Amino acid sequence: MNPRLRWRKFVSNFMLTMTGCCALVTVSVLFFILGYLVYHGGISINWNFFTKLPAPVGETGGGMANAIVGSAKLLLVATLIGVPIGFLGAIYLAEFSGSKVAFVVRYAADLLNGAPSIIIGMFAFTLVVHPFKQFSTLAGGFALGIMMIPITLRSTEQFLLAVPRTLREGAMALGASKWKTIATVIVPAAYRGILTAILLAFARVAGETAPLIFTALGNQYWSHGWTEPTASLPVMIYNYALSAYDDWHRQAWAAGLVLLALILVINIVARAILSRGVSVPRA
Amino acid sequence: MHASVRPAVSVNITPPVTTSATRETAAPAEMRMSISKVNFWYGPKQVLFDINLGVATSKVTALIGPSGCGKSTLLRTLDRMHETVRNARLEGQILLDGKNILDQDVTQLRRRVGMVFQRPNPFPKSIFENVAYGLRINGSKLPMAEAVEKSLRHAALWDEVKDQLHKSAYDLSGGQQQRLCIARALAVEPEVLLLDEPCSALDPISTAKIEELLVQLKDLCTIVTVTHNMQQAARISDFTAFLLNGQVIEFSPTPQLFTKPTDPRTEAYITGRFG
Repeated sequence: MNPRLRWRKFVSNFMLTMTGCCALVTVSVLFFILGYLVYHGGISINWNFFTKLPAPVGETGGGMANAIVGSAKLLLVATLIGVPIGFLGAIYLAEFSGSKVAFVVRYAADLLNGAPSIIIGMFAFTLVVHPFKQFSTLAGGFALGIMMIPITLRSTEQFLLAVPRTLREGAMALGASKWKTIATVIVPAAYRGILTAILLAFARVAGETAPLIFTALGNQYWSHGWTEPTASLPVMIYNYALSAYDDWHRQAWAAGLVLLALILVINIVARAILSRGVSVPRA
Repeated sequence: MHASVRPAVSVNITPPVTTSATRETAAPAEMRMSISKVNFWYGPKQVLFDINLGVATSKVTALIGPSGCGKSTLLRTLDRMHETVRNARLEGQILLDGKNILDQDVTQLRRRVGMVFQRPNPFPKSIFENVAYGLRINGSKLPMAEAVEKSLRHAALWDEVKDQLHKSAYDLSGGQQQRLCIARALAVEPEVLLLDEPCSALDPISTAKIEELLVQLKDLCTIVTVTHNMQQAARISDFTAFLLNGQVIEFSPTPQLFTKPTDPRTEAYITGRFG
């Protein structure tokens, strides 16, 4: 083998190893985090975590039942705000708007999507918390809902645009109006994709902390109704992880494990829905 | 160059003798639709020039011509599907039973003028729901099951699908899907059925079935079909229009167009010298 060829082989193998290692790093970061969380969270998690209120300072034990319920309520409000706006906006973009309007709206949505979540929190604080002088579930849900809008909008739009033009024509040729075509053919054809988009948006905001710190605030007790400050898992992790107590650190790990498990499950469900077959086969 | 001295027709495009007798007498037929002075633009580009054409009631009219000659565009103006395209502009008059279609409500018009597309485009629904779709959106009070069966029978598909009406339409073969699309169009009982190269994505056996079907459907409605395939036009149509560069070059009863074309360009096209 001449030296030139040997050098080429070396470069080829070297690059192959490099790219492979980088791919491995990507995967292993996730598994490292998962493993670490499962180890620390696993030994801390117990039934009390899901059923008890946080213990007063100085006492050990207790749980985060109020934060789990609080997160669920916040996400419900967020979904009720973010999904309809994102979904209907996507229908307008994909089906009605001219290319100029669509460009502007898409660009704005992408910017909003990239906006730091703490800014969204500040915005919600100014708009909802400050005028009513009240931290609340509604305010926190509002902040998370705003974050869901651009994610839902952009991906729903993509799935709507992927519905073949021939299906639209088929419906319109039978005398269906534009709205009928959308409601009875296009959205049903794209529903798997849209559902996935909504789930991913949900998973994305489920772990958001910054927008909640000055909207939902936090609460050591149950939050009644929708207009009181409420505990949530991400904010609990933030507060507990920074505390000086070992028992609180333990609880933070447990909360992290629960949150990550929730998000992973949603992601896996979303992928499963999408891969169960695209509802419209390629023409 | 001296096209006119050449034999106009090769053997395989001679229309079948059996039906030609009725075609010869078809000239003064009653007109279901008439197109007059139609000009059409996509943005600044004009694609149809001063089209005049009549569509005879209960006959098959074929539009032939090379790719890009405007035959599909012309077909799509007949149920105003061109309006789904941005920047499309139409001038002229298209009458359906003596009334200008451009003044009518477009959804009502499309119930009366159905369309079948180049590629089968069933909806992602069951076979039954595909056929019932047109009836449902129009709020029909007819008994659904009977109407669906009737349409599937008209489309010669009933026997193949009667035991699997609730399966997805995508489980059918391409040819069956196209017949399903024809059944779907027939369900709303249109007066005119437009077909845009309905067989171009199908195999020869499916094509033969659909051709046979179209000839039978003449009794039910008036048919206008676009085709690339001259043999097909010769086999199934009563009248044929030859289009070139957005103009109707020749429009006559099918046997006449294929045996005694009057324009040298028609002759050149049907003898296979271009297109």
